[in-house]
Amino acid sequence: MHIHYRSIEGRSVGFLALLGLLGAIVAVGLGAALYMEHNGHWLTGMTNQIVWGMPHVFAVFLIVAASGALNVASIASVFGRQMYKPLSRLSGLLAITLLVGGLAVLVLDLGRPDRLTVAMTYYNFKSIFAWNIFLYIGFLLVVAAYLWIMMERRMNDYSKPVGVFAFTWRLILTTGTGSIFGFLVARSAYDTAVLAPMFIVFSFAYGLAIFLLVLMAAMAWTGRAFGDAVFARLRNLLGVFIAGAFYFVLVYHLTNLYITERHGIEAFILRDGGQFTAAFWLGQVIVGYVAPFAIVYSRLGRSRAMVALAAVLVVLGGIAQMYVTIIGGQAYPMPLFADKDIIESSFFDGQVAAYTPSLPELLLGVGGIGIALIATTFAVKVLPFLPASLADADADPHYKPEAA
Amino acid sequence: MSLNRREFLGLTAVAALATPGLRLVELAQARAPEETATKLQRWGLLIDAAKCADGCDACVTACHVENGVTGHNRPATDPQWIRKVKIKDRQTGYVQTLPLMCQHCEHPPCVDVCPTGASFKRADGIVLVDKHICIGCRYCMMACPYKARSFIHEDTKDQKPHAPRGKGTVESCTLCVHKVDRGDNTTACAEACKKEGHEAILFGDLNDAGSEIRKRLASAPSTQLRPDLKLNTGVRYTGL
Ligand code: SF4
Repeated sequence: MHIHYRSIEGRSVGFLALLGLLGAIVAVGLGAALYMEHNGHWLTGMTNQIVWGMPHVFAVFLIVAASGALNVASIASVFGRQMYKPLSRLSGLLAITLLVGGLAVLVLDLGRPDRLTVAMTYYNFKSIFAWNIFLYIGFLLVVAAYLWIMMERRMNDYSKPVGVFAFTWRLILTTGTGSIFGFLVARSAYDTAVLAPMFIVFSFAYGLAIFLLVLMAAMAWTGRAFGDAVFARLRNLLGVFIAGAFYFVLVYHLTNLYITERHGIEAFILRDGGQFTAAFWLGQVIVGYVAPFAIVYSRLGRSRAMVALAAVLVVLGGIAQMYVTIIGGQAYPMPLFADKDIIESSFFDGQVAAYTPSLPELLLGVGGIGIALIATTFAVKVLPFLPASLADADADPHYKPEAA
Repeated sequence: MSLNRREFLGLTAVAALATPGLRLVELAQARAPEETATKLQRWGLLIDAAKCADGCDACVTACHVENGVTGHNRPATDPQWIRKVKIKDRQTGYVQTLPLMCQHCEHPPCVDVCPTGASFKRADGIVLVDKHICIGCRYCMMACPYKARSFIHEDTKDQKPHAPRGKGTVESCTLCVHKVDRGDNTTACAEACKKEGHEAILFGDLNDAGSEIRKRLASAPSTQLRPDLKLNTGVRYTGL
């Protein structure tokens, strides 16, 4: 079967308005970064206690989602599912743009973003951060090559091996991202190997949610067909990934509850942590898992608008999850003495650290999403990333309309 | 012999490459370039919590004066190279105070995680930040179990030549490396504590069998903070 791809025309008022809106979001994000840079980080919510704030929440979310966005292409090339084939290009594109958006936020939040060249030339090979720099650059190259092979007809035969390679790479990449936290022995919330696989499962859900939203918008706004059977598959897949993410969160917390040493941090996140407890139960669990799961697997799931809502909820829940993991994990005091409590300190030892996200941080983070989306919007105009039709019969050679 | 501009620049580059100790020299100006720190020494502190007086913070003040560590009256973002903490035994309720700073680990987590190698350990055990290549990612602050590092959140004033402090980079106790290299054989905190008559902080070479610090460590029980992490700290505590 032959799949047709077509770039979008991109001359409508709507398209220009979209570009304008995204451009404004990016500009505001860059402005926020400049402002933080110029005045120093003291006017953000970040302190010597909470050293990674909102920018990291968004950056890590985007990086994790980027690797997850590639899954759709992997399902087609690695696992040979024909139906996902027409979606592969967009999947690869989002993998790149989301990663670029996330990295931009990470870099712009550095104390010295002007020293990016230093980061690219001085390497400490024991640092997981340094490994990640290679993993990210490699990922961009591998996925770009993969896209090229998919687009260049005479190279199509290689799409399977390169697809397998890209899939392996993305697994390592997310392991690396999870390990940024997993290797931090100092902090009670992080020192566990579960973080790496957990981040992989999170990435499946976050990446697919964003993929689905972008795909629905792109197909609807360009008046292309999007068949019910294809849609239902993607929707059900989202449900499976949400359940998987929830399962890992369950394992993580149950394991911690078993280990006496970890009772403190568990009680903090699950019960006593104020804003973090709220972010966990309301944000991560209810908004991120329960509500979208209920939508997807109930009659509500028949409505596309509701499924889109479910995908938005997964994204919001994902941001809440990063907030709990990254900021909640820092807010909980470090255990300096085994059998003594710190009752007084000028440096906030032994206390739960306060944190209020500041506007510039938030704008920078959202700016990262803007970068990813504007790059995607632009790319689908200049190159044929989008299938001309996702009508059931076009997308799936095995599709048989149900006998009426 | 006359050199044109290009040749001169080339030679300078070669010279710079051939002097890996250059950056250290900038941090520690009193030391001659050819004398590099060696493994023969392992500098450290022995802190006797039993002698540390409640309400006294002479060591903190002295450190911050010596190194030009000034803040902006914003406790959450102002830097602290050394701080006093008061601790209470969970079982017995016994309360005591002690100073806390970079523990100058043999296996420093901050050095492991630093992507650029800006966070580094000298051969003589002193853990430092190379201000020229720190990109301000703060990963070291995430990794340090002692919360020893501060991020420079805003513009600084009154910097000391031996302790450059640039906005957007990370800093921490240098074990008064400039004094050590000058041969003072003490740190600002230890001096101040002695002057107050408490003598709770002792500086010395953990490798030197004849040093007082080594003798005291050998003759009475002492401990490291977070010994479970097996970082083999250069700062040790007694009376805890
Ligand atoms: S903040 Fe500076 S010293 Fe610390 S890990 Fe990052 S680059 Fe290294």
